[in-house]
Amino acid sequence: MTPRVVFPNKILPYLLVAPQLAITLVFFYWPAGQALYQSMLREDPFGLKSRFIWFDNFRRVLADPAYLNSIKVTVIFSIATAVVAMGVALLLAVMAEKVIRGKGFYRTLMIWPYAVAPAIAGMLFLFMFNPSIGTLAVLLRKAGVHWDPLLNGTHAMILLVIAAAWKQISYNFLFFVAGLQAIPKTLIEAAAIDGAGETKRFWTIVFPLLAPTTFFLLVINTVYALFDTFGIVHAVTGGGPGKATETLVYKVYNDGFVNLMLGVSAAESVILMAIVIALTAVQFRYIERKVHYG
Amino acid sequence: MTFRGIAAGVAATFTLFSTTSAFAVTQISWWHAMTGANAEVVAKITKDFNASQKDYEVVPSFKGTYPEALNAGIAAFRAGQAPDIIQVFDVGTGVMMAAEGAVKPVAEVLEEGGQKFDKSQYLPGIVAYYSKPDGTMLSFPYNSSSPILYYNKDIFKKAGLDENTPPKTWDEVWEMAKKIKSSGAASCGYTSTWLTWIHLENFAAWNNVPYGTNENGLAGTDVKLEINAPIYVNHFQAIADLAKDGTFKYGGRTSEAKQLFLAGTCGILTESSGGLGDIVKSGMNYGIGELPYDKDGKGPQNTIPGGASLWVFGGKSDAEYKGIAAFFQYLSKTEVQQYLHETSGYLPVTMAAYEATKKSGFYEKNPGRETPILQMMGKAPTENSKGVRLVNLPQVRDIQNEEFEKMLAGQETAQQALDNAVERGNKAIQEAIGN
Repeated sequence: MTPRVVFPNKILPYLLVAPQLAITLVFFYWPAGQALYQSMLREDPFGLKSRFIWFDNFRRVLADPAYLNSIKVTVIFSIATAVVAMGVALLLAVMAEKVIRGKGFYRTLMIWPYAVAPAIAGMLFLFMFNPSIGTLAVLLRKAGVHWDPLLNGTHAMILLVIAAAWKQISYNFLFFVAGLQAIPKTLIEAAAIDGAGETKRFWTIVFPLLAPTTFFLLVINTVYALFDTFGIVHAVTGGGPGKATETLVYKVYNDGFVNLMLGVSAAESVILMAIVIALTAVQFRYIERKVHYG
Repeated sequence: MTFRGIAAGVAATFTLFSTTSAFAVTQISWWHAMTGANAEVVAKITKDFNASQKDYEVVPSFKGTYPEALNAGIAAFRAGQAPDIIQVFDVGTGVMMAAEGAVKPVAEVLEEGGQKFDKSQYLPGIVAYYSKPDGTMLSFPYNSSSPILYYNKDIFKKAGLDENTPPKTWDEVWEMAKKIKSSGAASCGYTSTWLTWIHLENFAAWNNVPYGTNENGLAGTDVKLEINAPIYVNHFQAIADLAKDGTFKYGGRTSEAKQLFLAGTCGILTESSGGLGDIVKSGMNYGIGELPYDKDGKGPQNTIPGGASLWVFGGKSDAEYKGIAAFFQYLSKTEVQQYLHETSGYLPVTMAAYEATKKSGFYEKNPGRETPILQMMGKAPTENSKGVRLVNLPQVRDIQNEEFEKMLAGQETAQQALDNAVERGNKAIQEAIGN
């Protein structure tokens, strides 16, 4: 049950939300409306000639094999990034719980990378994995891996996922640590007395009780991978090689600001908006119900 | 008495204000994309121009990389806030030319501004690139460069090659690259920056073969690409074959490959003449040669300029156009051009500046600095070698780069890659001009 607040005055509540509404109107509805309008226009970069063409841009985008490829790339990238970022963070959080001395020190170190800007994180990994000068690239080559993210699409994707996930691990770590601390020690101790081993305790007690945190992080990480990774893609691969790492967001940028096809780019961002709305709705309507909030 | 005092004060203030406005200088905004040493050149040139007269003040502002500056200009134009002058890179030329009504041809600006515009005083190869088919110069060539060949003399010596003979043809490049690799002098023989600019656009001009129909787009916007002709296919198949064992090494779509040369990984490099500064700074023992040609072509003809030019937006006041004309006239001055050429490594745009630099003995002291000019001036440009102009050249280059990357990764042959590039490129061009 959600607690209800009763206002004595009918206008006051509206006044109180007015600033928030104004911000939403100016920064969301207005640009979204413009994008919607522009997605039905065909115009030259300077806007000298423009024609209203209804849904032709959408038809063009959806019939474009490059766009379908971009959807595939985005799905692979988002899932891989979310899984890696959350998996590693959970492992580290569980391990950090076991540290007895210097817990705070370890935690601070783990949280540090979150302060790094995406583009800088991208550059960092770009240097480490640069085929000609990168430290890690040299190690990989010594290990017999023919590392070449400039031409090998899979390598480029791996590089991107590592860079994107690395940045997000700190954030996930923080939430997992908090989640772990909220689990009553008595439960775990009881299970230990009953003879459950460490692995069993984790999967039957800790992991299910972490579900709310995991769900929350799943939403955050998916949204992050979908929309906040532009800087990393731009710095690391620029969508290449070929179109192997061109995510949906990057394609909007590329078609709009490099290829100067503003109508097409607007249509792509409208589709993207529809995807976010659908995704959020699905996540909160269906998945949330199944999550056990202890 | 007090009242009179105030009145006098007010009157004096008014007079003061009106005098200032009568003497106000006309400000001219210039958006550019120059960084580092080149940004200092911009600052010095504008400062000197502003000090040289009292009527106009050129105000330069840095707007990011070339594409960012172009986008900023376009966005500003759409918002009715366009700058007076904007620096647009070579590939953006087609975009600007298609925007008739948004820009004002430089030839017109100069003539209306009371300055005489004499085409013959500018380098022909550069002027041809920035002109309409009827010869009207549309933009002012500010910084132009041309692709040349660099080689590492130490690696040449180690590989048993003559350190004073750079390769002249592409076949010689392949042979020498193989020798560098097989002798173990370096792990890679040859690399190149800007594959699209050097191996397609300049390859076409230098070998005097068509890049596309309609004089590569200079005679009209409806262009069909012809870059899957046998001469291109053979050239790229040779590169793809060398890439298999690492004799050719791919650096990236723009100038990343320069690092491979600077690090001594590769022995030979083709790169813009504008990249000379970094190579000089590295202190390596380098040599310079002309851009190689294909023995099956009809070259060497002339190369086409890269770099950027200055465009003037339309809809400004007469005073502003007069100021812009004066500024361009100042930029064309021999000593200004000579300074620009010697400091930044870009080509001089006037014949007089070139002659003056030659006379000063600069080229004897700095061997190789004349090569890009000779390449561009060697012969009068033909219909294949004036340049490439597409309304969406950045997009077409992207398509070509994607296909090259697939080819170098071994997923496609050169024939397939170029056929795909032509098909996808033509489709993109048709869509872009279908407005």
